[in-house]
Amino acid sequence: MSEAHAATHSNLSYLEDGKGIWSWIATVDHKRIGVMYLFTTLFFFAIAGILAVVLRLEHLTPTRTLMGSETYNKVFTLHGALMVFTFIIPSIPAALGNFFLPLMIGAKDVAFPRLNLASYYIFVIGAALAVLAIVLGGVETGWTFYTPYSIRTSTQVVLTVLGVFIMGFSSIFTGLNFIATIHKLRAPGMTFHQMPIFVWATYATSIIQVVATPVLGITLFLLLMERALGIGIFDAKLGGDPVLFQHFFWFYSHPAVYIMIVPGMGIISELIPTFSRKPLFGYRAVAYSSLAIALISFIVWGHHMFISGQSDLANLLFSVLTMLVGVPTAIKIFNWSATLYKGSIKLDVPMLYALSFIFLFTIGGLTGLFLAALSVDVHLHDTYFVVAHFHYVMMGGTVMAMLGGLHYWWPKMFGRMYSEGPSRVAWFFVFVGFNVLFLPQFYIGSHGMPRRYYNYPAEFTLGHQISTVGSWLTFIGFLMHFILLFHALRKGKKAEKNPWGGKTLEWITDSPPITHNFHQTPVPPAFPYDYKPEQVGSAI
Amino acid sequence: MLFQKAYAAGTIALPQAAKVAAKIDLLHDAVFWLSVVLLALVTAMLVVFIWNYHRSKTGRMTEYILGSHFFEALWTVIPLILFLGIFLWGYIDYLHLRTPLEDPLEINVVGRQWMWNFEYTNGRKTLNELFLPKGRAVKLIITSEDVIHSFFVPNFRLKQDSVPGMYTYLFFEPTVTGEHPIYCAEFCGTGHSDMLGKAIILEKEDFNQWFQTGNLPGSIKKLTQAVSPVSTAEASLPKKSLAEQGKGVFDSKGCFACHSVDGTAKIGPTLLKSFGRNEALQDGKTVTVDENYIRESLMDPQAKILKGFPPSMPTFRGLLTDDEVNALIAFIKSLK
Repeated sequence: MSEAHAATHSNLSYLEDGKGIWSWIATVDHKRIGVMYLFTTLFFFAIAGILAVVLRLEHLTPTRTLMGSETYNKVFTLHGALMVFTFIIPSIPAALGNFFLPLMIGAKDVAFPRLNLASYYIFVIGAALAVLAIVLGGVETGWTFYTPYSIRTSTQVVLTVLGVFIMGFSSIFTGLNFIATIHKLRAPGMTFHQMPIFVWATYATSIIQVVATPVLGITLFLLLMERALGIGIFDAKLGGDPVLFQHFFWFYSHPAVYIMIVPGMGIISELIPTFSRKPLFGYRAVAYSSLAIALISFIVWGHHMFISGQSDLANLLFSVLTMLVGVPTAIKIFNWSATLYKGSIKLDVPMLYALSFIFLFTIGGLTGLFLAALSVDVHLHDTYFVVAHFHYVMMGGTVMAMLGGLHYWWPKMFGRMYSEGPSRVAWFFVFVGFNVLFLPQFYIGSHGMPRRYYNYPAEFTLGHQISTVGSWLTFIGFLMHFILLFHALRKGKKAEKNPWGGKTLEWITDSPPITHNFHQTPVPPAFPYDYKPEQVGSAI
Repeated sequence: MLFQKAYAAGTIALPQAAKVAAKIDLLHDAVFWLSVVLLALVTAMLVVFIWNYHRSKTGRMTEYILGSHFFEALWTVIPLILFLGIFLWGYIDYLHLRTPLEDPLEINVVGRQWMWNFEYTNGRKTLNELFLPKGRAVKLIITSEDVIHSFFVPNFRLKQDSVPGMYTYLFFEPTVTGEHPIYCAEFCGTGHSDMLGKAIILEKEDFNQWFQTGNLPGSIKKLTQAVSPVSTAEASLPKKSLAEQGKGVFDSKGCFACHSVDGTAKIGPTLLKSFGRNEALQDGKTVTVDENYIRESLMDPQAKILKGFPPSMPTFRGLLTDDEVNALIAFIKSLK
C-alpha cells in the first residue's frame, strides 16, 4: 500500500514507474494493462495471420499443395477463431481503449482498476485453453461451431469452446468497466457532447459487449452440455433443432461484428480531423450513428440465415433491418470525407490508413448490399463473395483503423516516433496487397466458388492464385510494420507531447504519460476537434 | 458501346440454367453498377479533396466548418431510399422464387457426408446425379441424414440448406440442357469440398425415357458415363414407386389402426386428401399439412393436435428411417 501511495506523487512515466516483471504482472495501471493487451493480441494476430498465409499457399493449386483436407479444415478454423476471439474483439477496445479512454476523458484510471487486471488474466486463461486445444489436435468446425457438426466431430471442440466462453467474461468485465468509467470519471466540466468520438465508439461497443456476450456464454454452455450429456437442444436426432444454435450464435456474433468495427470507426474519427486540421464534420451525427449502429446490430442476426430454412417472414424482417444498418454507416463515410474539405491535409501513415479505411470499408459496405438483398443472397451465400465482403469490413476496416491508431498513438504510448518513410512503403504493401488478395475473391465467389473448400474446381485456379500472390504482398507489408514499430521502441526519435497537433486530452500530457496521467486535473476543451482557421503551412 | 457489351454479358458469366436466374442476375447487376457509382463518388471526393487541400498547397486559410444539416439530411435520405429500394426488389424476387410452382415434378434430396442422394416419385434413386426435364416445374424436397449441408447450383443461382430433421424446398424450372455442377455450400467435414454432384438437364422426351426405363438416349449416356459411372448401378428400374414403398411402411407399422385412407375418421384423422389442406388445431391455430408437419407429427405427435382428436399418437422417433419417412410422405401425397 505504501508503494502505491508513493506512486501517487510520482512524476515518472508509467513505463519507468516500477521496475521488474512483477511490476507489470501485478499492475493496476490501465496503461500497462493496455500495453499487455496490445502485445498479447498482436501476438495472436501474427499467428492467425501466418495461418492465413498458409491457407492461401494451399490454394495455389486446386488440389493438395501442402496439407491434407483435415489439416486444412483445422487451419481455417484456427485462423478464424483466433482472429475473431483473440485479436479483433479485444484488440481495439481492450488494448487502445484501455490505454486511451481514461486519458481522453481526463481520468486517472478506469473505474475498477483491479477488475481491469482481472479481465486481462481471464482473457489470458481463455486464450491459453484455446492454444491448448490446438496443441491437443485442434478443432475443425469453423469458428462458428455450427451444430450438429460440432456435436459429432471428435476434435477438441470442448476445450476451444470453453476457452471462448471464458474469454467472453473478460469482454463483459471490460465493457462494464468502460461504461462506469465514461459515466463517472470524466474530467470536471466534460459533458457527453464534449467527449472525443473514440470515447463514444468505445461506449457503444461496451454496451454491446455487456448485453450480447452473455448470450454467447449461454449458447456455448448449451453446446458443451449437448456434447457432454446429449441433452438434445440442438441435435435433431434427439428432438432438438440444429438451426436454433445458429439463432443463438448469431444473436451474439452479429453484434460482435460491431464490437469489432465500431471502435475502428472511433479511431478514424480521431485521425481525420487531426490530419486535416479541421473540425469533424457533423460531430453529433457521427457520435449518435455509433449508438444507432450498436442498437440496430442486435436485430439483424437472421441475415446470416437466409437460406437456413428460416421462415420467409423472418427473412423479410432481417433483410429490411439489415438495409437500415447501412444508413448510419453511410452517414459516417460521407461525414469523414466532408471533413477533408478546405482542410490542411497531411498524408502521414495514420492518415493513409484512415483514408484506406474509408475506401476499403465503402467496398465492404456496398458488397453488404448484395448480401442483404434476399434473392441475390440465395446465390452468394456461403461463397467466397461473403469471405471477401467480411474481410473488406474486418481487415479493410478494423485492421486498417488499428494500424492507423497504432501509428498515431505509438509516440504517446512509448515516447518514440516511428520512421515515416519506410512505414509509408509498408502501408503501400498492405494496401495494394490487401486488394490483390481479396478483390479476386468477389469474382470467384459470384461465380459459385463455395467457401471452406479444400479442393476447388479448376476454373477458379487463376482467381485463387492472384489472391495468394496478394497474401504475400500483404504479409511483407505487415512484417515491415512489425519490424519498424519494434525498432521505433528502442531507436525511434524521442516524441514530443503532441507531435500531430491533436486537440484531445491525451495530447496535453507527457509522452509517455506519467502513472497518474496528468500533472493537474485537465480542463476539457469545449469541443474536441476545435481546429480554428489557420494559414496553411504555418502550423505543424 | 463497351458498357452495352459488358452489360449484355452481365457481371456473372455463368449460364442461366433456371428460369429464375435471369431475375437474380438483373438485381445483382443493378446493385453492382450502383456500387460502382457510389464507390466512384466516394473515391472522387477523397482524391479531389486530398489534391486540393493538401498541406503543400499553401497561401490559403483552412475553414471552420462544423457540419451541414442539409448535406447530412441528403446523405441520410438518399441512401435510405436506395437501400430500401434494393430490399424491396430483392424481396419481391425472393417471394417469386419461394412460390410453389404448379404441378411440379417432386424429387427428394438427401444430403449425407459426403454425397447427394436423389429419389424420384417412382422410386428411382440416383447418387450425385440429378436428372431434370427442361421446361418442367421442379420441386426439390431437401433434408439431411447427418449434419447440415447446403444444396447449391451456381448455374441456377439457387441454394438451400439441407437440415437434419427438417424439410426445406427449392422450386425452379430448368432451362438449359447439359450438365451443371452441384456444390455443398455449408461446411460438413473432411469431404466437404468433394461433396459434388451434377444437375443434368434433359429434353422432356429424353427425361421421360430415363424416368420410365432408366436408360438414356445413346449420346447422353456416353457423356454421363464418362464422367461418373456411379449412378448407373442404382438407375436400374425400381421395383416399387416411392408411394408404394410408403404403403408398405404404413401397413407394417400399423398406422391403419388409427388412420384410414378412405375418408372416415378413426381415432386419428383420415389421410385421404389430407396433404396440402389447412386444418384447425386444438389451440385455435391452423396448420397446413405439408412435409414438415407430417414429419413433426411422426416424431413429436403432441406438438400440433388436430381439433376434435385425442392426443394419443405415440412417437416414431428412432423407429423410422429418413427414407421411410420420405416414403410415407409420398404415400400420403398419393391419397388424392
